[in-house]
Amino acid sequence: MEIKVKINGKVYQDNIDADMLLLDYVRSKGCYSAKRGCETANCGLCTVWLEGKPVLSCSVLAMKANNKEVTTLEGLEEEAKEFGAFLADEGAEQCGFCSPGFIMNVLAMKNELENPTEEEIKEYLSGNLCRCTGYMGQLRAIKKYLEQKSKGE
Amino acid sequence: MFTADNYIVANSVEEAYELNKARNSTVVGGMLWLKMSNKKFKNIIDLSKLELDKIEETEEEIQIGAMVSLRELETNEILKANFGEAFKESVRHIVGVQFRNCATIGGSVYGRFGFSDILTLLMSLDCYVKVYPTGIIPIEEYAKQKQENEILEKIIIKKHNYNISYLTQRLTKTDFPILACSVAKIDDKYRVSIGARPMRAVLVENELSSNPTEEEIVKLQNHIEETVKFGSNMRASGEYRKLLAKILTKRAIENIGG
Repeated sequence: MEIKVKINGKVYQDNIDADMLLLDYVRSKGCYSAKRGCETANCGLCTVWLEGKPVLSCSVLAMKANNKEVTTLEGLEEEAKEFGAFLADEGAEQCGFCSPGFIMNVLAMKNELENPTEEEIKEYLSGNLCRCTGYMGQLRAIKKYLEQKSKGE
Repeated sequence: MFTADNYIVANSVEEAYELNKARNSTVVGGMLWLKMSNKKFKNIIDLSKLELDKIEETEEEIQIGAMVSLRELETNEILKANFGEAFKESVRHIVGVQFRNCATIGGSVYGRFGFSDILTLLMSLDCYVKVYPTGIIPIEEYAKQKQENEILEKIIIKKHNYNISYLTQRLTKTDFPILACSVAKIDDKYRVSIGARPMRAVLVENELSSNPTEEEIVKLQNHIEETVKFGSNMRASGEYRKLLAKILTKRAIENIGG
């Protein structure tokens, strides 16, 4: 099947299988930040943006992205680096395996919600599982990051 | 994960229906449930070109396209203005935002899943489905039917003065509900639906007055106990679900102000 898709600003054209997942397609283009985790659409490890919205690339056919724009963590390097520093400051990372999907969703939340409450933050990120941290460090990091962003720093 | 030979973007509902007649074809919505299967399809049919991803309001009804995502149901201003927080409440527990950006209302309603939150809510409303080639039928009728090759186009909700309470019980956040209950006061009448039994949602007949008395609520609870079937699975027993159904129905009526 013919596909034309923009990934992180670069246009790709390919002939792919009808049942190829978006996750496998972006990884075939070197975007290894998106990872295969639970494969039951629960863990959030494979999160990418499709037309600016966070989706589970393990559950979207690549053909669904035809003529659309996909963003992975590789395309958000500066923002990811900035938020990553807050995670590090709060000791919010341990193995770091879930971080790419988690950061993609935090950045999507920042774009979508204005001054989210703690409850809204927890609810927005409930589809990102972390088996190391217990989430408290991450929550502190998000709050401090959003606070800085709201000051326009 | 299923396999497929061809990915076809349908140009019309008629074309989608003709393609879907073949036993080894299927329509893909959000495909979150479908991907868990190991089926082999010849054709998978994409409806995204049919403009079924819109929520539209007319003087008499709200029309929700089958390809509208659960996240859109959660955040849409038309739905909020007409139904308060009911749609948000019915989907906000479903996994996470990324999941709800993928999952579609059409997939949930067509699937008629025994755990479906959204079907439970819609059953309590004055709601219909537009199906090709059948036409427009009440959702409670559609919910009883087997999955056929029909194409679900839209969910249509007639406008009234709605007051809705949607309640669920879950073992953990983001999990399937072990019981779902939706009570809607539509103008002066009540509609009560019970879902996640864990069978398909059902509408429960009731004789509630516009301001139900304690006696009327107890009568309805007894009616639920006697007439609604509940099953057991790894999440909860049928007996527990029956108790939950009675208490959540009572709470929902009280939330509405009955």
